[in-house]
Amino acid sequence: MSQVLHTPPPTTVTAPAEDDLSALAARHGLTVSGARPSLREYIRQLWARRHFISAFSTAKLTAQYSQAKLGQVWQVMNPLLNAAVYFFIFGVLLGTKKGVPDYIPFLVTGVFIWTFTQSSIMAGTRAISGNLGLVRALHFPRAALPISFCLQQFQQLLFSMAALVVILLCFGVPVSASWLLAVPVLVLQFTFNAGVSMIMARAGAKTPDIAQLMPFVLRTWMYVSGVMWSIDHLAKGHSDWPSWLLPALQANPAAVYIDLMRFALIDSFHAGQLPPHVWLIATGWALLAGVGGFIYFWKAEETYGRG
Amino acid sequence: MADNTHLAQENVPTVVVDGVDIVYRVNGTGAGRGSATAALNRMMRRKQVEKAAGVRTVHAVKNVSFVAYRGEAIGLIGTNGSGKSTLLKAVAGLLPVENGRIYTDGQPSLLGVNAALMNDLTGERNVYLGGLAMGMSREQVKERYQEIVDFSGINEKGDFITLPMRTYSSGMAARLRFSIAAAKDHDVLLIDEALATGDRSFQKRSEERIRELRKHAGTVFLVSHSNKSIRDTCDRVLWLERGELRMDGPTEEVLEAYEAFTGSPDKAKPQPAKVALPS
Repeated sequence: MSQVLHTPPPTTVTAPAEDDLSALAARHGLTVSGARPSLREYIRQLWARRHFISAFSTAKLTAQYSQAKLGQVWQVMNPLLNAAVYFFIFGVLLGTKKGVPDYIPFLVTGVFIWTFTQSSIMAGTRAISGNLGLVRALHFPRAALPISFCLQQFQQLLFSMAALVVILLCFGVPVSASWLLAVPVLVLQFTFNAGVSMIMARAGAKTPDIAQLMPFVLRTWMYVSGVMWSIDHLAKGHSDWPSWLLPALQANPAAVYIDLMRFALIDSFHAGQLPPHVWLIATGWALLAGVGGFIYFWKAEETYGRG
Repeated sequence: MADNTHLAQENVPTVVVDGVDIVYRVNGTGAGRGSATAALNRMMRRKQVEKAAGVRTVHAVKNVSFVAYRGEAIGLIGTNGSGKSTLLKAVAGLLPVENGRIYTDGQPSLLGVNAALMNDLTGERNVYLGGLAMGMSREQVKERYQEIVDFSGINEKGDFITLPMRTYSSGMAARLRFSIAAAKDHDVLLIDEALATGDRSFQKRSEERIRELRKHAGTVFLVSHSNKSIRDTCDRVLWLERGELRMDGPTEEVLEAYEAFTGSPDKAKPQPAKVALPS
């Protein structure tokens, strides 16, 4: 084994100067591997991967129930059963429905819209840390992962919305033009969810423990967002609340999107129950989370994949 | 056999690795790992050294430097856990380096899409998913679809491509994975022990395909434990041991030393004439 010690590569005619490899690289226009692209370039790469993002989310959605006997029927059954449980507890046992007209449509809309935000954020938290294999094997802008997971939840929500329409019609809520408002609400909510998911994805990639903590944070958030009760009604019964509490509760993004959707779909939910400038607040939250989350996520692009 | 066409060309570097260290950090190892009290104890002593916080570092690659040129096929050898795969991933830009720099011409890609595929989906959908994950466009995948399925030979024993991948035998799944991964041409191609899959006839076909990929690719890196496939495909070999670059040179020279080191039985066979030596 006499020759075993850093034999210089005889294949190279002119051996590279060991001290100046970076100059050699620069002379031939090589770039640093795994460096973070500029924000503009990053957006371009992400756009180029749009088919992957949609295919990945659809694949995840389909794979979810592929072993079940009923198969894709569960896409609709799941949200319906969920709503039934909440109705039993909050409508029948606790009697939260007192004074809320059309309580079942009110509750089911709340549960579905909340679930969308909740599961998007949960999936976002695990988007990088739960897919290290993928991150370490293939090249793509990592933002594709949290966005793809949000898209999966969005598709799931569309199934829920189909179920919701049936429920609304069963409970005699009339079809009206205001149902079209559901579209901008969903677009804004999706942007908000994707933004928060990207923030949580970066945090979860650095500290996987956050995934353990999130269910508690999210549950607290759910209870203050008026998913099962009307914030408006509750405030009327508590005249001793400090004056800032009601506007604060109403401006919380989850509550904004839930109430806007109720306003769009349910005729007995009137505009007076919405906070002032509600569309402005909804757009503001979406832009703040969407743009801020994207930039925050991109800033750490090159570090994803480290154990 | 190793071809020496690169000698006719000028030496254009495609990958420059400059004094690279790669360190893994593993959470939750320290002493008494697993028990809740130990974890609490670690949290209390957070301000102390990393070791006390239960973080262990694994120094997987230590100060490795080399330059790869266009037209070269480079084999990476070394015993298990010597850092070969880690180094490849870093060259691909998939693992951040601790110190040093890796410069590349274009985007090196790792041959492998296993992580993007889903066992619950049909082979057909996995072909699309894998293709898109590697950065092919929808049209490109559609164009190559039949080629991929034919190459994998999945449909030789009936219409298996429309069944979920979890129903495949391990050999069939491996063949499909290789076929998807090999469907794309790459500038710098990194192959991690992909040759050892499938039955004999499929191995022959995949070796053929690797040679084809080599023609299109600027530079090929191959990690393998099969000295034979290294001899068949590579003209230069890097030997990593415990994360350090132990030797770098023509295939025969390095393999001989490596076989002496590992005590491989085939070192007894007659020495082949060194016609393959490039310079």
